[in-house]
This record gives sequence, C-alpha cells and structure tokens, in this order.
Amino acid sequence: MKLTVNDKDYDVDVDVEAEMPLLWVLRDEVGLTGTKFGCGIAQCGACTVHVDGMPIRSCVYPVGQVKGKITTIETDSSSDIMSKVQEAWIEHQTPQCGYCQSGQIMSATALLSANPSPTDEEIDRAMAGNICRCGAYPRIRAAIHAAAKSIQEA
Amino acid sequence: MSTLGKITRRTFLVTSAAVAGGVVFGTYKYKQAVPNPLLNSDGSANPEFASLNPYIKIDQEGVTVITPRAEMGQGIQSTLAMLVAEELDLDWKRVKTEHGPASNSYYVGIMLEAMAGHMYDHSTKANIIRDLSHIPAKFLGLQITGGSMSTADAFVKMRSAGASARLALTLAAAQQWGVKATTLKTQDGHVINPASGEKLAYTALAAKAATIEAPAEPPLRDPSQWRYLGQSMPRLDIPAKVDGTAEFAIDVKQPDMLHATVKMSPRFGAGIKSSDTTKAETMKGVEKVITLDNHGFAVIADNTWRAFKAADAIDVEWGEVSYPQDTAGIFKIYEESFLAEPNGTYDEQGDVELVFADAGQNLVEAEYRVPYLAHSTMEPMTAVAQVKDGRVDIWTGSQAPTSLRDAIMAVDELTEDSVHIHTTLLGGGFGRRSETDFAVSAYKIAKQTNGKPVKVTWSREEDMQHDFYRPAAIARFKGVMGLKKPVALDVQIASPSIMLSMSKRSAFPALGPDALIAEGTAGQPDDIDNIRIRTYAPELDIPIGFWRSVGASYNGFVHESFMDELAVSQDLDPIAMRLEMFGDLAPTANKVVEKVAEMAGWTGRKTDKGGRGFAYTLSFGAHTAQIIDVSMTDRGISIDKVYCAIDVGTALDPRNIEAQVQSAIIYGLTSAMSGEITFENGEVVQSNYHDYPAMRMHQVPEIEVAVMENNPRITGVGEPGTPPSVPALANAIFAATGQRIRELPMNKSVDFV
Repeated sequence: MKLTVNDKDYDVDVDVEAEMPLLWVLRDEVGLTGTKFGCGIAQCGACTVHVDGMPIRSCVYPVGQVKGKITTIETDSSSDIMSKVQEAWIEHQTPQCGYCQSGQIMSATALLSANPSPTDEEIDRAMAGNICRCGAYPRIRAAIHAAAKSIQEA
Repeated sequence: MSTLGKITRRTFLVTSAAVAGGVVFGTYKYKQAVPNPLLNSDGSANPEFASLNPYIKIDQEGVTVITPRAEMGQGIQSTLAMLVAEELDLDWKRVKTEHGPASNSYYVGIMLEAMAGHMYDHSTKANIIRDLSHIPAKFLGLQITGGSMSTADAFVKMRSAGASARLALTLAAAQQWGVKATTLKTQDGHVINPASGEKLAYTALAAKAATIEAPAEPPLRDPSQWRYLGQSMPRLDIPAKVDGTAEFAIDVKQPDMLHATVKMSPRFGAGIKSSDTTKAETMKGVEKVITLDNHGFAVIADNTWRAFKAADAIDVEWGEVSYPQDTAGIFKIYEESFLAEPNGTYDEQGDVELVFADAGQNLVEAEYRVPYLAHSTMEPMTAVAQVKDGRVDIWTGSQAPTSLRDAIMAVDELTEDSVHIHTTLLGGGFGRRSETDFAVSAYKIAKQTNGKPVKVTWSREEDMQHDFYRPAAIARFKGVMGLKKPVALDVQIASPSIMLSMSKRSAFPALGPDALIAEGTAGQPDDIDNIRIRTYAPELDIPIGFWRSVGASYNGFVHESFMDELAVSQDLDPIAMRLEMFGDLAPTANKVVEKVAEMAGWTGRKTDKGGRGFAYTLSFGAHTAQIIDVSMTDRGISIDKVYCAIDVGTALDPRNIEAQVQSAIIYGLTSAMSGEITFENGEVVQSNYHDYPAMRMHQVPEIEVAVMENNPRITGVGEPGTPPSVPALANAIFAATGQRIRELPMNKSVDFV
C-alpha cells in the first residue's frame, strides 16, 4: 500500500488491513506520532489530519479509503497558513499539556484555508469537534483570530 | 490533585513524635544536604556533564535545569527553570530543562504544611508549625507533582540552587584569572571580569566549579532586582507542542518495540470467572495474550490497533462486586453512613444545637449531592516498559515517580538502582497520573516479552472505566442567620476516604480522620460564632483518588451554594454578607472579594439578560473569588462571562497563572454541567466522550482573571480556580431562573447551550 504523507511517499507494509484506521498506520507503521489518539470514535479531534486539505478524524478513517494526499502536523509547513497558525499558537502561548494541539492546529488550518477571516461563531462551528481538557480554548480562539490577521496582512 | 501530604492529623502526630524522639539526630539529618541523584551512586561524576547540585547539569552544549516536577500543562517546568535562571544569570533563550530521574532528593518539602493549621493563619506560631512540618516531609521523601505545591515548594529551593551554582562558577573563574571573586559579575551564562573585559562561559568553567564547595543556601536577590521572575516568559515546552515533536509516553519509540493494551475487570475487585482467549490469540499481529493477576488481560501485538481488536475479542465472564450494583444502591450506603460515628469533626466552636433549638422558622436546611467523576485526561493511560538483563526501564508520564519506582520494586523485591523511571511529558494529569497502576501493569507485561520493550496503550474506554474517581458526596447543611451574617452553621458530609483507598494500594498509612473529606468547607475564613463540621466515610471498594482540587472540588460547591441560600433567606447581598463573615480572619480574602466585585461592576444578582452568581473558596492557600454571568437563550443557559480574582502571594509568571486559572475554571464548569460517573451491574456506565462530555469551544465563556499579590506566602495555582467555579454557576442559575440546583451535574435540571 502506498501513502503520500506530507509530500513524501511511504510504502506501508502490504499486510496492513484496509480497515485499519489511518491514525494507527501513521503512528505505529509510518512512525509519525505527532497525530494523537484520544478517543477512537471521532469525538475528541486529537487525531485530526488533512486528506487533500480536508480535515478528517483519522481514528475512524480506514486507511483503505484514503485516496488523496495526507498532511499531518509534521509537515514541513506545507502551507503558509499552517505556519501562520503555529506562529500565532506560540505568540499566544496557547498549548498547556499540548496533547490535543496537533488536532487543534490541523482543524484551525483547515478553517483558515477555507475562510480567512472567521467570526467567533464560525470558529465555534469549525472547532466544535476538538476537545481540550486543559481548557486552552480562550487562547485557541485568540490565536485563530491572530493567525487570520497575519494571513490577511501577508 | 492534592496532596498525599494532607495525611491525617493523627499520622502527622505520629510522624512528628518519631522525629521529636530523636530531635538532635533528626535535625542534624534534616540539615544535611540531599544526595545529588545526577552523580553516580558512588558519588563520582558522570563523564558527560558536570553537576553542581541536584538541579544543574552543564555540558559542552550549555546549562540544563533539572525541573523535577511533571509537566502536565501547568507550565511548571518553565516556572522552575525561571527560578534557577534568575539567580544563575542564564540567557532564557538558551535554557534547557529535563525532568530528571526519580529521586527522593526531589521530595516536596511543603508536603505536610496544609495540615499544620488553617491556611489563612499567618501568625508567628502558625508559621513555625508550618516550617517544622518540613522535617517529617523530608523523611517521607515524596517526589510528587500535585496539591498545587510545586511552585511554593521550589520558590526558595531552586533559587538557592541557582545562586549556589553561580557562586561556584564565579569562584572557578576567579581561580582561573587569579582575581578576587567579589570583583566578578555574571551575565547570560558567562562570568565576566569588568576590569579586564574578559569573559568565560559557564560551559568552560563547569568542571572546575563542580569541585568547589559553595554555600548551599547563599543570600538570594531582592525581588526588585528580578529580571525573569514576575514577568510573563515564553514557556520552554511550547514550540515542540505546535509541531508534533513533543514526546508523550504514547510517542516513545524504542528499538524492536511491541505494542500492547489491557482489558481489565470492569467490576472493581472482581476477578475472571471464566474466559476464552483462543480467538484473540489467533488474530493478526497478536503475539500473546496474558492474564494480569486474575483481574484482567493484556494483549501483546505488533500494532496498537491490532491489540485493541484482539482485546475486544476476548470472551470473559467476570465475578461479582462487593459494593452495590448501581448508583442508587451506592448512595444508600452514603445515607446510612450518617448514622455511624463521625470520621472527623472540624472547626467546632460555640453550640450549634443551642441556636437551632431557638431558631424556629429561621432554620435553613439543604442537602446537596455530587457524583463520582473521571479525570479523562486527553492522553489515555500509557507506559512503555522494558525488562532486560536485571534492569527495568519505564517511560511514562508520572506525577509520582518515586512512588512508581517503589511500587515496581515491591512487585519483585527489586533494588532501587535497578528501576529507572523516565518521566515524559504528560497528556494531562489532574491527579490521575499520581497513581501507579498503569505503569506497574506495563512492567508486568514487559516481563513476558523476552527483553523487548513494550508500549502499553489503554483505550479510552479502559481509561474511563478504570479510573481512581473523584468520590461522590452527600452534604447536609443547617444554618441560622443573624442580621448580617450566619450565627450558626452545622455541616455533615458523607464521602469515602481517599486516604483509606490509597492505603490499600500503596505503602501510605491511613490513620484517623481524613481531612480531605471536609477541605473547602472546613478551613474557610468563616467568622461564625457557632459552627460544627462533621464527616462520615462510607466504605466501598470503588477506587477513588485525587481529582483536581480533591475535597474542595465538591466542598466549594456545597459550602458556597449554602452561603447563597442563607443570604437569599434574609434578602441579603451575598457579597456584602461574605465581607461581614470574614471578620478580621483574612484580610487577603476581603481584597479578592472586593476586587472581583469591582471587576464585574457588581450591583446585585440580576442582569438584563439573566443572572450572576458569586462564590469564594480558600483552597491550597489561594483565596479565590468568582462571579459568573449567565443568560437565558432559546437553546438553553449560556455561560457568558467569568470574573476571577485570585491571590497567589507572589506572581512568578502572570500570563501562565492566567492560563492555569482559566483551565481550572473550565475543568470545574465541565464537571458542573455534565460530569457524572454512574454504575450498573457493578460497572461504570460511561465509556467515552459521547457520554462523559467535555466543554467545547462554543460553550466556553470569556474568563477575566485578576492575579493579586497580598497573601503573605506564595501559593500554587493549578487547582484553586476549580472549587468556586461550580457554585458561582449554580448561584447564577438561581439568580436567573429561581431554580436552586442541589444535585450535580446540572444538566439533570437545566439545559445548556
């Protein structure tokens, strides 16, 4: 099975079952552990990655159904948008324990790619699938607004 | 989580008697420096770096500060590094941190302070007793991250480590240059000779400095000279947390590593009655299925998902539990416990019965109930273990590495130097990772892999159904109001003893009453003439443990809800009543309450769109007051705004403190709205985030935090934001709707947006 992850081609063990969730292929087979396991049922968003730019919950997404290019948190700033998001995350000192943050950043990047200046309500909707038990939400919101501003200024 | 240290008063007396019995020896031993765990066990230096004391390692690359507390999101490793960097004159941009080994040398010295009198008492006598409590704490030697203790514990200790190292490095430079040390300065990792303009890097001086005996506790800089402390410094852990490189236990990679998961008895204390593992054993990728002490199974495989699938395929019938099958039956045991002798009595003065006898219609009564709660850290329980050539290595996120080391040693009578704990970043802790169960079972699994390392990852379901829960509680309040404040308050609280539960799974003794049951109702600056607080401890074999703010997590709710009910009964403003109630006990408390009222522009409970609630709790030494605004919408109650004033004594990093307070409030509000663990057939019903929800972005209010510095002692901030958040919300809902919520979670009674 061939997967394209972060613009690099990976040959994954042909033995991988088609129904194995993409999350576990990335983590245990490819060795990219930046994408996190949180719930296994698409409830928490810690496993969010992009397939052709669309955010998906990799913990329930069978690897056999992946047809496009996969982007994970480890990407070499594949888009300027993601690097702006990461900069804003640092500027606002957003992460606490940090475990959910890969997923938060992937969701925020997808939001800003589709909508460069989201309102608070649009942020609420786009980020609704991502849980943060540390409650870093106020700074996630502030960082998304800051990233939106810096994308527009770029 | 709180403090193992709040062990019972009787335990404290026993310990202090033991210390007093050999006071000369004890004090002598107490004053001896702790061994440096960065040196080899024979005291020789590691060839790869120089270590000037247990907190400082210097190699060719630079200075690494050992920050021996778990980084679970609270930013502690950056705050601890600031303490050293301030005195050692390090360049913040080049500071590196490491958790370091498990070692009793990194014990929490203030472990027993909380039981050495009321936290609001700052009299000379109270301070002497607090300081004396450091002696038995040293002999306990517990390296624990919890109880909001880390910052206060390190405040002097780690600045001293920095100052001592700076002296040693300066003396080394003075020897090298043949000048007087007093003529030299230090700056950004260098010793400078202002007379000659020469400078030497610490990295070049370290080896020589390590041979110089510098005073361990030199004078510390006056706060007016601080460069880093008191400033919002960029956290050192954050860059790796935005690009996926931060390493949690679940990310550890070792050569030839296997993957495993567990399937444990969902009925606490009940074993395997019958089982069939044949199907699981033949599934793809599965190496082995083993039993774990007859209480469960582990599946060892080549991939985590395959281990999960095989665990699901194990066919098993479990035994029966010793406690009632369902929540209603469990609460019945709680109700019956009120008929037994109290477990403890607190803050007793005056005669409440006498006041009640004459109270007639003025007697106010209420009963409150709160449920069991899970921690639900984002990273499920995970540990990597390897057992090879007589050596045990454990990589895990632990809040209690010395307890974990001891627990593993106890399994097979291992020696201390054969067990190596590598503490990774924690994907959330909240008290759950102060337990050792998940890492001890990883050790047992690793014994079956012929020396190969194995990563043991729990599913979310296993994590939620095998927690050490915040215990449920029932609290019964009676009170009588005077003109401006209560004249009598009688409280009975029933909740199982966490210390007793702990004592059954660790070497920790549980003797006498468990003060944790009442903390947050007892120990408040309540200047009430007649008061009595009694606790009852029903015994159930449901594992319970430390959950962010521990006893105060529910005592804040019950005490502050009842204060609001008392104020309402006399049509009093709750803030005016509270300021009366403090009397002269705690000036810091008055100031946080006045501050939060000013922030919110408080004029009363009603607002145009709904209502607002007030609450105040003293926990972990920090006086904390909150006002919450709610409004009514057609989709339910919206939590619009939280105002919080907290007094931390000395604010080392204001931006990080703000994050912690917001975090603690959101953790509390989540529990208030929807947090509940229930039982059926002796098993926990909830299994994942769909039925044990967490607050999400659209529900989170604006949270404005004022950090104050009036308290005479520095305090921690990880927990104190949680206790008042729950009652402030309940009181706001009452103000908006007239509905008094006495049972949690609140979504049983009202709908939220």
